[in-house]
Amino acid sequence: MSDIGFVRTEMLPEQDPPASEVGIIGWARHNLFSSWFNSILTIASFTAVYFVLAAIVPWILSPTWDGTSLSNCRETLAAAGHGDAHGACWGVIKERWVQLIFGFYPSHLYWRPVAAFVLLGAALAPVLFSDRVPSKMLIFSALYPFIFPWLLWGGTIWMPIAALAGFVIGGLVYKFAAEALSTLLGVILGVAAALVWWMLLAAPVSGALDSILPIGIEAVESRKFGGFMLSVTIGVVAIACSLPIGIVLALGRQSDLLIVKYICVGFIEFIRGVPLITLLFVASTLLNIFMPPGTNFDIILRVLIMVTLFASAYMAEVIRGGLAALPRGQYEGADSLGLNYWQAQRLIIMPQALKISIPGIVSTFIGVFKDTTLVSIIGLLDPLGLSNAIRADANWNGIVWELYGFIALLFFVFCFSMSRYSMYLERKLQTGHR
Amino acid sequence: MSTLTDPPKEQFRLSMLLYDTRYRSGTIQVIAMFGFMLLAAWLINNTLSNLAALGKPIDFGFFSEPAGYDINQRLLEYTSRDSHLRAALMGLLNTLVVAFLGCITATILGVIIGVLRLSSNWLVARLMAVYVELFRNVPVLLWIVFVMAILIETLPAPRAFRGENPEATMSLADSVAVTNRGVYIPEPLFSRSLGDAHLFGESSLRFDVSLDLMAILVVLGLSLFASIKIRQRADRIQEATGDRPATWHVRTAVVVVPMAILLAVLGFYLGYPELKGFNFKGGTHLRNSLIALWLALSLYTAAFIAEIVRAGIMAISKGQTEAAEALGLRSNKIMSLVVLPQALRVIIPPLISNYLNLTKNSSLAIAVGYMDITGTLGGITMNQTGRELECVLLLMLVYLAISLTISGIMNWYNEAVKLKER
Amino acid sequence: MAGYQEEVNMKKSVLLGAMAFAGLAAGAASAGTLDDVKARGKLNCGVTVGLVGFAAPNANGEWEGFDVAVCRAVAAAVLGDSTAVEFVPTTGKTRFTALASGEIDMLARNTTWTFSRDVDLKFEFTGVNYYDGQGFMVPKDLGVSSAKELDGATVCIQTGTTTELNLADFFRSNNISYEPVPIETNAEAQQQYLAGACDVYTTDASGLAATRATFDDPGAHVLLPEIISKEPLGPLVRHGDNEWGDVVRWTLNALVSAEELGITSANLSEMSAGTENPEINRLLGSEGTLGEMLGLDATWAQKAIASQGNYGEIFAKNIGEDTPVGLARGLNAQWTEGGLLYAPPFR
Repeated sequence: MSDIGFVRTEMLPEQDPPASEVGIIGWARHNLFSSWFNSILTIASFTAVYFVLAAIVPWILSPTWDGTSLSNCRETLAAAGHGDAHGACWGVIKERWVQLIFGFYPSHLYWRPVAAFVLLGAALAPVLFSDRVPSKMLIFSALYPFIFPWLLWGGTIWMPIAALAGFVIGGLVYKFAAEALSTLLGVILGVAAALVWWMLLAAPVSGALDSILPIGIEAVESRKFGGFMLSVTIGVVAIACSLPIGIVLALGRQSDLLIVKYICVGFIEFIRGVPLITLLFVASTLLNIFMPPGTNFDIILRVLIMVTLFASAYMAEVIRGGLAALPRGQYEGADSLGLNYWQAQRLIIMPQALKISIPGIVSTFIGVFKDTTLVSIIGLLDPLGLSNAIRADANWNGIVWELYGFIALLFFVFCFSMSRYSMYLERKLQTGHR
Repeated sequence: MSTLTDPPKEQFRLSMLLYDTRYRSGTIQVIAMFGFMLLAAWLINNTLSNLAALGKPIDFGFFSEPAGYDINQRLLEYTSRDSHLRAALMGLLNTLVVAFLGCITATILGVIIGVLRLSSNWLVARLMAVYVELFRNVPVLLWIVFVMAILIETLPAPRAFRGENPEATMSLADSVAVTNRGVYIPEPLFSRSLGDAHLFGESSLRFDVSLDLMAILVVLGLSLFASIKIRQRADRIQEATGDRPATWHVRTAVVVVPMAILLAVLGFYLGYPELKGFNFKGGTHLRNSLIALWLALSLYTAAFIAEIVRAGIMAISKGQTEAAEALGLRSNKIMSLVVLPQALRVIIPPLISNYLNLTKNSSLAIAVGYMDITGTLGGITMNQTGRELECVLLLMLVYLAISLTISGIMNWYNEAVKLKER
Repeated sequence: MAGYQEEVNMKKSVLLGAMAFAGLAAGAASAGTLDDVKARGKLNCGVTVGLVGFAAPNANGEWEGFDVAVCRAVAAAVLGDSTAVEFVPTTGKTRFTALASGEIDMLARNTTWTFSRDVDLKFEFTGVNYYDGQGFMVPKDLGVSSAKELDGATVCIQTGTTTELNLADFFRSNNISYEPVPIETNAEAQQQYLAGACDVYTTDASGLAATRATFDDPGAHVLLPEIISKEPLGPLVRHGDNEWGDVVRWTLNALVSAEELGITSANLSEMSAGTENPEINRLLGSEGTLGEMLGLDATWAQKAIASQGNYGEIFAKNIGEDTPVGLARGLNAQWTEGGLLYAPPFR
């Protein structure tokens, strides 16, 4: 019965997979042409990409880097045989890129904004890369909010020191009052002391110190701010100032105190319900009317105030999300340790909630940063506003795409890298929580 | 032996306002309220004294004065002799139009892009990722001016349609003209029109309603209602007997026949655009500014919606898809019957805030000269009258009302589709 | 290191404001703009965000143009330094608030002198530096020779000005229809017009000429003969500060008179030593006390003229026929040459 013709006793050598399954062909079969629908999509995509590139690339590759005016560019293009003067006029970027980035900031002081933003990276490092940077750097981060305006606006060094002293005074008053009286009274007295210092004493004291020991750098008025630097300044200041306001608003919104809660909810919903442009109209036309008669502060400061208010409403919602994401046990744990409200917030809740909120804060920052282009509508010379001013130069009248393209590129590089960082952070934080 | 004594009667002391948690919250609230009132009073006082110094006390009387300027896109009848209030109303309608159109297009685009981003096709998925990053990371204002510039520069001007050998021709059997002044499409007209109903008399808020449109809507509503009733009846029969009567022909007839009769009675025909003089005449003119704003807002918001949709789909556990596969559903059925309905619950709340953002971003219409409410009330009216406070306050209130309405509607919908947990 | 000291005082309030904005009551109540400007050492002057020939920043960030020159002349007269000006770009919307709130000391931004702006908005126009009127530009091949033939045309308007009101009135009174396309900036309006997105571009005739001059082929476009409005453009200041208003008014008059009297930047130093003509002597300060009456020093007009030249030189340098803008003097010639420029006597 055992009439088995053939039994293989040794293994066959492994064969190469069929050519259609490996290499470029296999990859293409699996990823591009796996079904008829996918094939159509692939071919359509290829065509679209081809047409877009065919339109843009020759335009970008245009030998006009040295053009001195639009008509000069057109001549160069005609001489180089670009049909129908189809090509970019890059001369405008060569001549104006510094202005698009720094605005009217005095050119011998360009190092100051550059230093301010480089130091910003250093100040953020201990927060953003907490695992790699020594936490002692946090002292620098705390001092940075005073260095930043001093570097940008310049003036005497006693001003930021006086402003810093306000926090020290407030803190000291709080400490003593809290020990001697009560925490609540301490908070109220501390805030009051700091406000009194800032509003009444800081200016004369720093003036007096300055006349004794004049240390300072050249002052630059905020009107000189412009271009991309203005966008970054508005974005950074608004986010930095909105963080504490946002925390207070978020806590207020979660609070059991009804009046406090409704004030906070009203503020947040009002700001989130109106477009930023109307708030900028307020900055440009109304803010001076709301202040005591005779008050006058410049438009950039007014815009900073309104954008800060705008950002704090969004920030409050981000932080509220962070607070809501904390497990209930954290609150209960803090209570069971006998911590009071502020101790619990300071030691347990906020450090965790803020950490969870960092991606949200970064995306709020990206949003605010992009929205700074709106200031061009009220006549500030941010990159978009400057592009109109440049087009009013007789040499560059008629330029469109080059300026828009350059500005878009600046914003894209900035926002894209930040959003990538935020995603990286999100992944890192997620693994920490599961 | 011990005697029970009453707990010591508490005397109210002033310091308890600070130290006793029962009273402390009250104290804080009173202080907060007081501070808030103080701030508000300070602001109002400043405002009033400043306005008095400028000689412009708050006065909304200018709203009834003639506006003096023309508006190109007007959904209701308006001339430059009409009041500022009516001009603002035109602007409000234009805002609502672009916001409504933008939300719809952004949702459709966003869902398509979000789903395609998860496609197994490598190239398509990458392209969609590039699209999303490109649009999310460049300011919307830049996109708006960009799209406007593209429309102006690449489309033919009406004069290109003129002459023996025109450079450009109308598309779709000479019914649609695509120009750099906008798109002209055929408009529905009625030879035996019922006319308009004039509401609110001669006031600034007067409102004409086309009775033809009303008749069409009423008939359409009734036929859809009948169609639903027929389907429900079929459902009942199916549940009782297991057989489902074929109803599609009846249902189609119920919708189509009354409508056809109505249109015939009204004498329906299409008015085609025609090149006369400087411009195309006749037809409906979708202006460049509307298209640019609509397109830019949709493309920009679609990038955000795509990310929301993607996140929503990825939030649905893999087991759901696998179970659906095990049931033998095809992949498009899995998407539409299993994944999307569940993902919708994750998607809707952030979708609401994107609708709100789109509506608020429509205020950038000013950059392309679309006459929305920011362009009329917050633009020309404010310039001409110099009444900044009144105009900006009203502008904010209008946007606030729109925002609250949208979020109210969407929150109500969100409640309705929320997972009912037992 | 020098130069920061003067600004320290102002800077203080600015910095403080950034930290606690309630503390901003520090701004000085404006008792007199002239004193404020002198104390500050800088003139804050509102200009347009960008209009060819009238105001635009160059590559070094310095503002140039016809309106800018007025600001510089006032700064030279008051402070002796034509560079001591802060230019504040303003839009049609923000210009009046900026002036009313004291953010700027004067506005030199091709602003039309109208009754309601003068009386209702409470500003004081200190003269006219350019007589303008609203005109129309059309492509030549459109075959239009009068604005009355524009029935059904699409019209690009620069918004935020009196332009749209004039336009509405013109078309309404002639009973013809049109399609308005409101546009924020001149650059965008020009783009739409050139691409054929509108048939007609309307704004002040000077702006039209300036815009046309920058076209690839200026000859292919014509300005229609109708000028549908009077647009006297001039610098303005706040109501109620007559001393300051006088300074701006007479600086402008000094520039105009200088041209009439033949004072140019070339012969200025020679003439300021003293001439046979007593009016020149009074103007340039070698005779009389006109400067003192204004609250300035005797050589105020000298400095103003020295900074930019007389009216004719400013005109020729920024918008005259040899510039890309290429405007003829027209109405803006001296009254002796058939124009409207007529400076009151310096006496």
